[in-house]
Amino acid sequence: MAGTLIIGASQAGVQLASSLRELGYTDPVTLVGAEEHPPYQRPPLSKALLLGDATPESLLFRAPGFYPDQGIDLVTGERVVTVEKAADGSGIATSASGRRFPFDRLALTVGARARRLPVPGNDLAGVHYLRDSGEALRLREQLQQASDVLVVGGGFIGLEVAASARTLGRSVTVVLADDRLMNRAVQPPISDFFAEAHRRRGVDVHFGVALSRFVDDGAGRVGRVELADGRTFQADLVVVGIGAAPRTELAEQLGLAVDDGVVVDEHGVASDGTTVAAGDCVSCPSPVPGPFGRMRFESVSTAVEQAKVAAATLAGVPVPYRAAPWFWSDQFDLKLQAAGLSAVADRYVVRGDPAAEKFSVLYYRDGLLVATECVNSPADLMAVRTALAKGRTVPSELAGDTSVPLKKLMQDVAVGAA
Amino acid sequence: MPKVTYTSHAGDTRTLDGAAGESVMQTAVRNGVPGITGECGGVLSCATCHVFVDETDLDRCPPMNELEDEMLDGAAQDREPNSRLSCQLVLSDDLDDLHVTTPEFQD
Repeated sequence: MAGTLIIGASQAGVQLASSLRELGYTDPVTLVGAEEHPPYQRPPLSKALLLGDATPESLLFRAPGFYPDQGIDLVTGERVVTVEKAADGSGIATSASGRRFPFDRLALTVGARARRLPVPGNDLAGVHYLRDSGEALRLREQLQQASDVLVVGGGFIGLEVAASARTLGRSVTVVLADDRLMNRAVQPPISDFFAEAHRRRGVDVHFGVALSRFVDDGAGRVGRVELADGRTFQADLVVVGIGAAPRTELAEQLGLAVDDGVVVDEHGVASDGTTVAAGDCVSCPSPVPGPFGRMRFESVSTAVEQAKVAAATLAGVPVPYRAAPWFWSDQFDLKLQAAGLSAVADRYVVRGDPAAEKFSVLYYRDGLLVATECVNSPADLMAVRTALAKGRTVPSELAGDTSVPLKKLMQDVAVGAA
Repeated sequence: MPKVTYTSHAGDTRTLDGAAGESVMQTAVRNGVPGITGECGGVLSCATCHVFVDETDLDRCPPMNELEDEMLDGAAQDREPNSRLSCQLVLSDDLDDLHVTTPEFQD
């Protein structure tokens, strides 16, 4: 009996392994990861780790003894490069070093890789990407000596790095191709607020920028950055955060359907009917009702929920993936928390005072609450998460009244719609 | 090493050796204590590490900040006067031998 092989010692991988045991799954479980370290949390890499408030050890998900105690065979430092599988779902995976991992069932939790910026000079010393702890430690070290930090990209990683570098006293410039910050994740009211909030804290932000090349300082390091419009910025440290691409190579080897991620159904099952997948590498049906196509998320909460769903499938007690996605981002003293899918909203209500840097935006579609994006307003975030999970809404005409806690304004959808 | 004792809502008890500088949440999650999730890793974003602190230990805990207070309002199980988010309870020589009870639900 070979049991389940989970490829990818990630947030989703650890959750999947742990959930299998919680569900009473008794077959062997092997969790194999390419990195040398035991599995760790990635979100702090752009924040607490850069600021010196965390160490690689403090980010480990589990104590070393957890894995053997739970009967989980954790294998680190082995990158699986080939997988062969029979129609019944069983097969063998092989790592780059030639180690073989037989399995009865296969789970892919391989995550995503940082997109590379295809411009000349992108291989100069001083040009960084941030995805794993090794990269984060190198960036932390170089931040100590840097004076002019240039961040390419206005997503979470770019902005969190910008905030960390500025907190460390560096001169920081953010350049991005888009016309607003975090445009795949949040709506314009929040994007605009964060642009101004970063500027107030001394970060120089430039939109609609096309990079043409990184220029050598004469010693093999980046010294400045040239833009397509002829402008240049001094930069002795560059961090590129322009998104992540799902790792789909193994899925493609197996002939699984891939569409910006491993295509899975609501139970986390891939197109072969036996392999499961979860986390950043997955393209899934929308977990909430609405006019959505397939989607791919990059957040802790979706990795965790999808891994629980995949584990339930493998354990023979299937449950569909139905949780409203949520995420957070910490930038300076600003806590951004969001829940639901705001992109389909047809109107919004601002609750609180953006000038005081404490407010929430509640998003509506057809008169019903569908999402929120909150700044330093965790009570609102929690109230909306609960409402979305329980099918409740807040009448939009009442939502802006901060004298009443949002949770006291919640109504069942049937009442709210009447 | 500072100790923490976790009691589940059903009454099961487990005592763990923690490390100074690590939180009651981290100690639980790393060792697979059921009833504490800690999804956000300890940055006051998820409220899935809610615990009820033994009344006799409450005074030794650090004061609660505004974010923790707000998050507790939205915890899956209603807060009580002795509710805390265990990611904010960092173990030390002073904060040792802490007793907490986990709620029935975290999410």
